[in-house]
Amino acid sequence: MLNLTVNGVRHTVDADPEMPLLWALRDHLDKTGTKYGCGIAQCGACTVHLDGQPVRSCQTRIGDVGEAKITTIEGISGRVAEAVQGAWRKLDVVQCGYCQSGQIMSAIGLLTDNPKPSEADIDGAMDGNICRCGTYQRIRAAIHEAARTLA
Amino acid sequence: MLKIRQTDPRSPRATRRSFLAGGAAATGAIVIGFRLDLKNTARAAAGPDLSGVKADPNAFVRIGADDTVTVIIKHLDMGQGNTNGLATILADELDADWSRVRTEFAPADAARYNNLLMGPIQGTGGSTAIANSWFQLRKAGAAAREMLVAAAAYQWKVPAAEITVANGVVRHAASSRQARFGELAASAATLPVPQEPRLKDPSQWTLIGQRTPRLDSAAKTDGSAVYALDIRRPGQVTAVVARPPRFGGAVKSFDDTATRKVAGVVDVVAIPSGVAVVAKDTWSAMKGREALKVVWDDGAAETHSSDAILAGYREQAKRPGLVASERGDAEAGIKGAAKVLEAEFTFPYLAHAALEPLNATIEQAPDGGYDVYAGLQFQTIEQAAVAAVMGTTTDKVRLHTQWAGGSFGRRATPTADYIAEAATILKATRARAPVHLVWTREDDMSGGYYRPTIYHKVRAGLDAKGGIVGWQHVMIGKSIMIGSPFEAMIVKNGIDSTTVEGASDTAYALPAYRFEVHNAREGVPVLWWRSVGHSHTAQAMEVFIDELAHAADVDPLAYRLSLLTGAPRLSGVLKLAAEKADWDAGSKANGKGRGLGIAAHESFGSYVAMVADITAEDAKVKVNRIVAAVDVGVAVNPDVIRAQVEGAVGFALSSVLRNRITLKDGVVQEKNFDTYEPTRMSEMPVVEVHIMPSSAAPTGIGEPGVPVLAPSISNAIFAATGQRLRSLPLDLAGLKGV
Repeated sequence: MLNLTVNGVRHTVDADPEMPLLWALRDHLDKTGTKYGCGIAQCGACTVHLDGQPVRSCQTRIGDVGEAKITTIEGISGRVAEAVQGAWRKLDVVQCGYCQSGQIMSAIGLLTDNPKPSEADIDGAMDGNICRCGTYQRIRAAIHEAARTLA
Repeated sequence: MLKIRQTDPRSPRATRRSFLAGGAAATGAIVIGFRLDLKNTARAAAGPDLSGVKADPNAFVRIGADDTVTVIIKHLDMGQGNTNGLATILADELDADWSRVRTEFAPADAARYNNLLMGPIQGTGGSTAIANSWFQLRKAGAAAREMLVAAAAYQWKVPAAEITVANGVVRHAASSRQARFGELAASAATLPVPQEPRLKDPSQWTLIGQRTPRLDSAAKTDGSAVYALDIRRPGQVTAVVARPPRFGGAVKSFDDTATRKVAGVVDVVAIPSGVAVVAKDTWSAMKGREALKVVWDDGAAETHSSDAILAGYREQAKRPGLVASERGDAEAGIKGAAKVLEAEFTFPYLAHAALEPLNATIEQAPDGGYDVYAGLQFQTIEQAAVAAVMGTTTDKVRLHTQWAGGSFGRRATPTADYIAEAATILKATRARAPVHLVWTREDDMSGGYYRPTIYHKVRAGLDAKGGIVGWQHVMIGKSIMIGSPFEAMIVKNGIDSTTVEGASDTAYALPAYRFEVHNAREGVPVLWWRSVGHSHTAQAMEVFIDELAHAADVDPLAYRLSLLTGAPRLSGVLKLAAEKADWDAGSKANGKGRGLGIAAHESFGSYVAMVADITAEDAKVKVNRIVAAVDVGVAVNPDVIRAQVEGAVGFALSSVLRNRITLKDGVVQEKNFDTYEPTRMSEMPVVEVHIMPSSAAPTGIGEPGVPVLAPSISNAIFAATGQRLRSLPLDLAGLKGV
């Protein structure tokens, strides 16, 4: 039995401590907004925040989470999150949408640390998030749009 | 104001089966006997006249007392945004308030929801969603509108002709009366359906041609959109399958002792495609599969390497093939030519690699029927496949289509492969619990159904003025249709039109042209991959035309236009892209590692041209900008069209630069995104999309953006460096920048 704090709520999970956080969230806690894409930290679809920092939940064992606070796409809130979600909707970034939870979690991480990112900053923060539909142009524009909202 | 035909609400033909009630679709047993007429899908623009389709608002729209207008979507939305376009078409004729419009995926019902360009099959593909639905949804919306107007006219005792509708509100100005759709829906539902509703003149459209915000943006940005992988049925178990490492292999024996000791594993069952490990959650199922010991039987398996397969093609191409197209005497033309050019193009197997791996959930309901939840793309086939596995009739199989996390063709298989596989597991576990079959990324990537590997050899002769006096074209690849249930209907004289499309039917005026095709037969399952045959024919045609233009010492744009005088829409997009990209000035500055390349291609009745601006470095290409022009007829939702072209560039770029599936002794080498890496943010060029104004019936844009990217980049590399790269992915190793 392990305790996990997800979106401010403490849960007890009966699972192997080796289980990746991704599968505990999806299969045990019904937080399906966090997606499985590759399982080897190549695509970023599983990105969540651990104490506010973006991590790949497919590479985070639940036994290692400890007291860290987990935030998933379902639990994001605050000025940066609202700016990012608002920009994504304003520019209609999504296509299939499957990667977008992870994209948004990475973008919130970027803008929290760096409210006015350069093109290179965006490349650096977002290159780990694959969008197979190829929505990158709009993701980039939405990050700039959110930065303007936050300025 | 519109002329409204008044209908008497007291008509004895009135029925309660209505768009208000939604009219539960009556599904009967469907006998499998498909006729998939891909000739129509390939050339939707020139396809059959669908304007005679019956007005069936009950099938396509439901209006709630709360004013919500729910448009029923008979297609799969895998990201291409067809839900938005389809809803726009209906909502415009209905004069609905867009902010109250919702969508819902249709159940399986081949009688009501068949793709009008695929005969009696409900399915999505060939960029046909908008094209086949155009008149169907306009008529449904217009009929529902007339019913609402008739209901208001009856209630208010005013002539229907004096009633106007806008933004979900029905008004009678003279008597200052108005009602919201929700207030009229119940009485409108009792009216007969007008069979010939009056459709709007394009000047009256309020939504078509405008940007209607995507209806799926909110749910896809807060984690609430439900994909197949997110289905959670009470008591469900998750299954992963150990499949043979080689296509055509089989299980000889297996030992599940260790697997059954893995915590969470509840069952291990043999199924036709391998051994299924069933567990309480995905992780346990994957751990259980790792512990499984299977001895494989490769007796009937494909054991060739992809290099050897392609080498075999090269040899076979020297022998006579099937003639797919011929006019004039190409051989004689080339014999008498002043200059002869020859080129070879090879293309690898490609995986679709949609970000949501293949998966499906199936359960048996208390009534004995079956419910299937998945990103269902070929509903009629999937329903029949599940019924066949479960030994029941199709009316006992209910399909629940979910948002799909991409597809690019992979979710539409003539065998319904993974859907049927899920059913085999439910059957093998005696339907004790709902089964969620999950393919891991590795399963998805190494599981076949690839874009076939292809070989093209092209030879052409030019006269002294640069005119093309003969063109001989030979290609070889594995047909998608031969060996499928559609072979008898699609394949004519041994030629599969989806193999040769975009080349054998080239729009260029080539007076002496001979196109031969050979059907390869290797044991690798192949499938349509976003743009199907065009994914390779456009590269061969558009790069070779570029070579001929340079050999003739004519500007590549002017050269193309001179050969396209009979193809105004294709030359139209070429001119538009060139103008927007400032081709004349820009191409004069070509060289020293910077270059502009141009290409144009028709696919699925749509016309796309692109100008690529690239910088070549040693062994590296940076694509700076793509300027695209598209002609898709009426642009139902211009922003979604732009998004599809932007996305096509992002999707296809990695297949231009690096993606390939290779087989070593029959075993797929690329298993995940580390070795089959999609385009990433830092590689994405700026994409500009220009839409040609048109009043022609709309065609599709899900696929047509893909084919032209590779040749526009290849031609730009030549312009920048003088080095001609033809095969995909581009062999950049020897590229010298400046």
